[in-house]
Amino acid sequence: MANTSATAAAGPEGTKRDFLFLATGAGLAVGAAAVAWPFVASMAPDAATIAAGAPLEVDLTPITDGQIVNVFWRGKLIFVRKLTEKEITDMKAVPLPEMIDPAPFDSRVKAGHDQWLVSYGNCTHLGCVPIGHQGNYEGWSCPCHGSQFDAVGRVRRGPAPINLPIPPYAFETDTKIKIGEESGKAAA
Amino acid sequence: MSAHATSTYIPKSRLAKWFESRLPLVGLVHSSFVAFPVPRNLNYFWTFGAILIAFLGIQIVTGVWLAMHYDPNASNAFESVEHIMRDVNYGWLLRYAHANGASMFFVAVYMHMFRALYYGSYKAPREVLYLLGVIIYLLMMATAFLGYTLPWGQMSFWGATVITNILAAIPIVGDTIQSLLWGGYSVGNPTINRFFSLHFLLPWMIAGVVVLHVWALHVTGQNNPAGIPIKSSKDAVPFTPYATIKDVFATVVFMILFAWLIFYQPNYLNHADNYVAANPAVTPAHIVPEWYFLPFYAILRAVPDKLGGVVLMFGAVLILAFAPWLDTSRVRSANYRPIYRQFFWVFVLTCIGLGYLGAMPPEGGYVLASRLLTAYYFAHFIIVMPLVGLFETPNRLPASILETVTGPGKQVSAGGSGLPSGAAAEPAKRA
Repeated sequence: MANTSATAAAGPEGTKRDFLFLATGAGLAVGAAAVAWPFVASMAPDAATIAAGAPLEVDLTPITDGQIVNVFWRGKLIFVRKLTEKEITDMKAVPLPEMIDPAPFDSRVKAGHDQWLVSYGNCTHLGCVPIGHQGNYEGWSCPCHGSQFDAVGRVRRGPAPINLPIPPYAFETDTKIKIGEESGKAAA
Repeated sequence: MSAHATSTYIPKSRLAKWFESRLPLVGLVHSSFVAFPVPRNLNYFWTFGAILIAFLGIQIVTGVWLAMHYDPNASNAFESVEHIMRDVNYGWLLRYAHANGASMFFVAVYMHMFRALYYGSYKAPREVLYLLGVIIYLLMMATAFLGYTLPWGQMSFWGATVITNILAAIPIVGDTIQSLLWGGYSVGNPTINRFFSLHFLLPWMIAGVVVLHVWALHVTGQNNPAGIPIKSSKDAVPFTPYATIKDVFATVVFMILFAWLIFYQPNYLNHADNYVAANPAVTPAHIVPEWYFLPFYAILRAVPDKLGGVVLMFGAVLILAFAPWLDTSRVRSANYRPIYRQFFWVFVLTCIGLGYLGAMPPEGGYVLASRLLTAYYFAHFIIVMPLVGLFETPNRLPASILETVTGPGKQVSAGGSGLPSGAAAEPAKRA
């Protein structure tokens, strides 16, 4: 890459100028990435948004059999549903191979609290809110693209690919849950 | 600016000479938009380029003015739009012009795109010109989506939710992209802030690509209904006055429809649900995008698999970029392609059908029909375009553009006015 006698005489390892060219290029690439980083990172959830996601206590006493209550944690909708005896029996009886995202009943509720389903409330397809007590599976039906979930939030008809996720939560007492903390193994 | 452009501009005054020798801007404009030779057989489908530039201008001007009154804050955005409608002098006019202007922009771009597909405007040597157009279309879609979220009504909020969830389907990086777009754990205040910023940015990027698009147009020259190049000066007329006046006339006619929408049916293309403030706990019963996205929405819903639907939806746009290499015919204009011409109209009907299905609920026969039309949409590009080009016997092409205007053998002096069929022409293909 050079026309001086010094570089022309250089060996197959390349010249000093080649080295400088590559070193400058590498330095530019690192510099560009370093400049881009704060721009990209500034778009991530900020400290205030993260702080606003503190755990949320929900009192379960006013919720009646079959009722679905909406709460928000971190700006996300969460369903708290009190299952009826029939729903519990029916949901336990569903054979796993019939499901799109097979999950046994026990994995959907906390041990000893079969009556309570706590799940995120946005459809796992594109995030619409499914309407409760609709569809063919005693659960939810999504008005946007027709996904259906059963009474414990398991997807039973697409296009949603997976079950409604369960947020981290724990029972503080039999009638109170804390969403956002998995730690307390309360009242098992 | 181009090989075709023959600058005949001669500065007259001393000031003009002084300026031209320092920056030949007037000469550039003169060679591009005055002396530039345009095919004399262009029809009115070639006026949509000028119409699109007019609408880019309208959207930018009304948008900048709306931004003086709009508040991109999740708790106040909805009310600030009502403030614009009720309190700001002529705020209703600015907003209705901006909202309906977006629709008219898409009407024009779809006419422009179908024109390009029918007359083979994507074929050599205009591939780069065409690809720049596809990029502009993608930028338009992004801009329109971002703008639709800003009033922060129910459709705004859920449109933002659905589209950002679409991006989350991208393997590996999807969740990160989604989080960076949201700026939180769901669509919220940080989201509307950045969407407003990006909605303001993208139109300027569109304007930049439009400059490249027009530049590429002036390098290759315009395609025309015959699909054959300009061979002599008799095939062409100067851009001004012929194309200029025809463009202005077509734009004015198009503006009548625009004015009718603004003043008589300002909410016809809107959704009533968007006059309900955003509520993250309730999704509207029938959530549909704006009409210009309906065909792609139908494709998204036709696939019973999240990632598959997303891939096909983006694929439906991106496959446009491959048209120059999928079409094997050496004849450009479908006027001389008896078989392809029929397939073209079937394709147009398919797009309209998908648009209809996109507005229908995702159940029963609608889903089946969506699947069939989605399959045909892709088949048009992947099967019809390559095969018809190989097996079709095209009609005889005219010897010259002049012949298509005057009939074989007749002679008309070049540049003469009052020619029978659309002798004037215009820059089309811009934007």
